[in-house]
Amino acid sequence: MKVHEYQAKELLKAAGANVPDHIVCKTPDEVAAAFDQLSKGGGVMVKAQIHAGGRGAGQLAGYGEKLGGVKFCTSKEKAKAVAELMLKYPLKTLQTGPNGQPIRTLIVQADAEPAKEFYVAVVFDRAIGQPLLMASAAGGMDIEKVAHDTPELILKVPFAPETGLLPFQARRLAYELGFTGDQVGKAEKIMLALSKVYLAKDATLAEVNPLAVTKAGDVVVLDAKFDFDDNALFRHPDVAALRDESEENPAEVRAGKANLNFIQLDGTIGCLVNGAGLAMATMDIINYHGKAHGVGPANFLDVGGGVTPAGAIEAFRIILSDPKVRGILVNVFGGIASCATIAEALVKAGKEVGFKVPVVVRLEGNQVDKANEILKAAAGELPTLKVASDLTSAAKLVVELSK
Amino acid sequence: MSILVSSSTRVITQGITGSAGSFHTDQSLLYGAQFVGGVTPKKGGTTWKGEKSGKELPVFNTVAEAVKATGANASMIFVPPVGAADAIMEAADAGIELIVAITEGIPVLDMARAKRFLQTKPKSRLVGPNCPGVITPGQCKIGIMPGHIHKPCGPGEKGVGVISRSGTLTYEAVFQLTALGLPQSTCVGIGGDPVIGTSQIDLLEMFEKDDGTSAILMIGEIGGTAEEAAAEYAAKNCKKPLAAFIAGQTAPPGRRMGHAGAIVSGGSGKAEDKIAALEKAGFVVAPTPADLGWAVQTAIAKKAKK
Repeated sequence: MKVHEYQAKELLKAAGANVPDHIVCKTPDEVAAAFDQLSKGGGVMVKAQIHAGGRGAGQLAGYGEKLGGVKFCTSKEKAKAVAELMLKYPLKTLQTGPNGQPIRTLIVQADAEPAKEFYVAVVFDRAIGQPLLMASAAGGMDIEKVAHDTPELILKVPFAPETGLLPFQARRLAYELGFTGDQVGKAEKIMLALSKVYLAKDATLAEVNPLAVTKAGDVVVLDAKFDFDDNALFRHPDVAALRDESEENPAEVRAGKANLNFIQLDGTIGCLVNGAGLAMATMDIINYHGKAHGVGPANFLDVGGGVTPAGAIEAFRIILSDPKVRGILVNVFGGIASCATIAEALVKAGKEVGFKVPVVVRLEGNQVDKANEILKAAAGELPTLKVASDLTSAAKLVVELSK
Repeated sequence: MSILVSSSTRVITQGITGSAGSFHTDQSLLYGAQFVGGVTPKKGGTTWKGEKSGKELPVFNTVAEAVKATGANASMIFVPPVGAADAIMEAADAGIELIVAITEGIPVLDMARAKRFLQTKPKSRLVGPNCPGVITPGQCKIGIMPGHIHKPCGPGEKGVGVISRSGTLTYEAVFQLTALGLPQSTCVGIGGDPVIGTSQIDLLEMFEKDDGTSAILMIGEIGGTAEEAAAEYAAKNCKKPLAAFIAGQTAPPGRRMGHAGAIVSGGSGKAEDKIAALEKAGFVVAPTPADLGWAVQTAIAKKAKK
């Protein structure tokens, strides 16, 4: 689960990190008032709060002049005008879709102009099964590019989840990054706060980019990005409360409420599958047979172990709510559960929802013959429903029917 | 022959009185596995009865008690996520040799801590979590896989060893192998989480050494670099025919595809990199999930030619 920059910064501040003052605003008037409180005779940063990265280099979609999601403003009037634009136009970045993401929240941040920028983050290293602190003096840039082109510029310190990052590890890293004088202690404090929040709140990513030495010589968290372990939210109601559903795909939010694992993609063939691995593999086989015809998967959908009528009804409704969908492939392996029960659930769902596009069903496993009889018997009422005998012919058929 | 489990494996179920734990213990008993007891704290001293098998098993409060009373050497874990890592460590502490954790949704940091605890218990091996389990067809089933799709090895016959990060995709693979007349020696679901016990490399080593295994099928998916490491290991150490499949070629980067571990992040964990590494190491990689059985057949034929 992702959170906004301001939420990540507030968690870091509570853990002892030095964070520039900010005020969260929802309207241009609030931004103007915040300017008075934070400008101290100079200017302020106005920053759009959306979950996607690349805000500074982004562009307000539909606005004629150059303006991204981060702007330094030297007057109250300017800050208010910028806020009006940001709240009016969606922000398009490399990480949003082509239409951009609407901006609903802004922060006004006290000036902390950086003289030098660093990257620090706690990530989970799957190869060693432990968290590690990653740091680089090449901050503020695309860290994936730094890691790819110049891996020697990235320092890594694994630490035990029982102890967390130890003060000496943070201190040594601060020296290795080139901090000097009393900046060492300040950088150490930010790194320790990152480790503390990461472990205490079950994060999967806790990133400060950039960690900045300001022109005034202070060391601050200029931007922060956190991602939390969905499986641990049950023990962190405070973190769960930070969720902003308006940042997420509405179809995915709806699916989540029905305990369906759904991810929207940009193809034209919807899929309904049981099991995550088989669901991914089903997307792949659609692509394999469809790519020559410009046909690909419209979604990932794992309905879980059992296929119930209620689950199938909601799943079909969500898939069909995407206007791009021109066909659906149902691929279910009935293991212990009978395929006949699954077929009955599908027929019931079809009658309830109405199949306006071709629906190709491939079932395999327990009692598959009986299941296919049930499906064929429903052909009168569900004329777009087709039964396929194996996975390859199912994928080819759904591609053919939706070309 | 087989690996990990056989007809002499004595199994307990942790979480036996829960609905999933109870149902799958019953299913495993019907398959013929030797289950000897169950553990549910506060329900020690009661008796569990299988709905379909009709078999009765003693329930204990702790794994230590269960081991002492039954001589169990394996455990199947159905404890809910909040207590699952603790259940894994309890099993290891009680001396259980094979711990199969079925539970999905355990927090990553809980597993990181459990894995460090397991390093102090070298006699115990964890399979999973978030996995369908382990089956040696015709002998022992610890997990939620449908037993009837598997084909046991006949007397003196060798089978295919299956390693997989997935559930239903493994059933798909086994179904295809059985349809082609290829029996399986042992099928191991290693789990779809970022932190798992037994790795692909551990199993490649075991299957390579196992006399009852003639070929190995490894089913991977996006996320992490375990398949790349396994490919490197196999190139140096495996002589048996090798086949593979990687799910998630069309998965968008940065998204978690159902399994907690199935995510391409920071440019790492991509299907194309894994497929390239496996092909370079000599695996026959199935182009689609409909070709899993074909890939094994082709790998066997290729080795026979040499």
